Amino acid sequence: MPAITTTQVYDWLQQVTDPEVPVLTILDLGIVRDVRIADDEVTVAITPTYSGCPAMDVIGINIRMALMSRGFKKVHIEQQLSPAWTTDWMTEDGKRKLKEYGIAPPVRKTSDNPLALFEDDNIPCPRCNSEHTELVSRFGPTSCKSLYKCLDCKEPFEHFKCH
Amino acid sequence: MTNQQVNQSTSQLLYTLQIADNALIIGHRISEWCGHGPILEQDIAITNTSLDHLGQARSLYQHAADMFNALPAEQKNTLFTSTALQTKINKGENIDEDDLAYLRDSWDFRNVLLTEQPNKDWAYTIVRSFFYDAFNYYFYTELQKSKDTVFAAVAEKSLKEVTYHLRWSSEWMIRLGDGTDESKARMQEALDNRWAYTGEMFEATEADKAMLAEGIGVDLAAIKTKWMQHVTTVIEEATLTLPANNWMHSGGKECRHSENLGFVLAEMQFMQRAYPDMEW
Repeated sequence: MPAITTTQVYDWLQQVTDPEVPVLTILDLGIVRDVRIADDEVTVAITPTYSGCPAMDVIGINIRMALMSRGFKKVHIEQQLSPAWTTDWMTEDGKRKLKEYGIAPPVRKTSDNPLALFEDDNIPCPRCNSEHTELVSRFGPTSCKSLYKCLDCKEPFEHFKCH
Repeated sequence: MTNQQVNQSTSQLLYTLQIADNALIIGHRISEWCGHGPILEQDIAITNTSLDHLGQARSLYQHAADMFNALPAEQKNTLFTSTALQTKINKGENIDEDDLAYLRDSWDFRNVLLTEQPNKDWAYTIVRSFFYDAFNYYFYTELQKSKDTVFAAVAEKSLKEVTYHLRWSSEWMIRLGDGTDESKARMQEALDNRWAYTGEMFEATEADKAMLAEGIGVDLAAIKTKWMQHVTTVIEEATLTLPANNWMHSGGKECRHSENLGFVLAEMQFMQRAYPDMEW
């Protein structure tokens, strides 16, 4: 097998998508923390978005498939808990794709300005951009999202929480 | 391992189980709402939090299993008395997260009694979650400083999730407490009934004391003050009355449980006990 660089592996990982939010790749999400290659062995360190996220197992399998189909016989998936995943690691391109898909992207870097316990972000509607919106539920169909509705265009929408 | 190392590792293992068992049992209890929530959004919300608890429990159980597997054989035989788990240990096999969740009987569980109490209605469920989420929030905040790097990592990750849980349960306390006559009466009843289960969270076991002294565990007395502050603020905002009685149930952290835990385990462990080592 010809020598493969980590850059090449990252290119392949860019084609692995999140099974729950298929417009995002795992690199857009910022969950790939490290890639190491030793001979015919590749190790990919990923960090879970949420502790109980059921998509993590599927993502692990998809990474394995993607790399095995490129000739790697040994693929290790490492789970890395610290530093804890944050939406600050989501790429700008990822946020743009989310918005086009109809999901309001995270609006704030959580590391510089954490919210007080009962403070909420103002989330603009991904369809009409109105800031006149209302939180419907803190928890959406997946742990990473909450539910909003737009009070101007009246559309309900999901928001990828600032985490 | 020296005797001292064995003792330290055993305390750390039991301490891990205290935290993990809380997460698993509250997670399982609230998952019972799946498909039965009062409205779709809340059904989704509560099962989301259930998944978070379960994820936290998994990381901690694997950590406990790793500690257990590293102990000398004679020490391994002194820790559990559940037949199914002991059979595996006697064979000299390593154990993993699933063995700890599925092969222990109630007398080997160390969760606080609060977590195993039945859901009853939405008011009881919210009050139980509120007491526990507030505890978890301050507990994980402190655990981030643990010398045990796995604890610190789990705490850092979990705290973000627990923050949502606490917001959610605090909001429901206020919405229902300061709601209709009916919702207020039900919340007050739940509060009065569940209050006596809160003291145990702050009672220090031998494992709690040993881990605090090592810089691994959390100072429960210190977080009790913060917990009380948050609970009082929300209960006032909810126009509810904090119960005056100070008598508290205890025993869960030392494996003495109410009959409720048996029912939780019977449902949760049935498949694994009926069809040992099954996977799907």
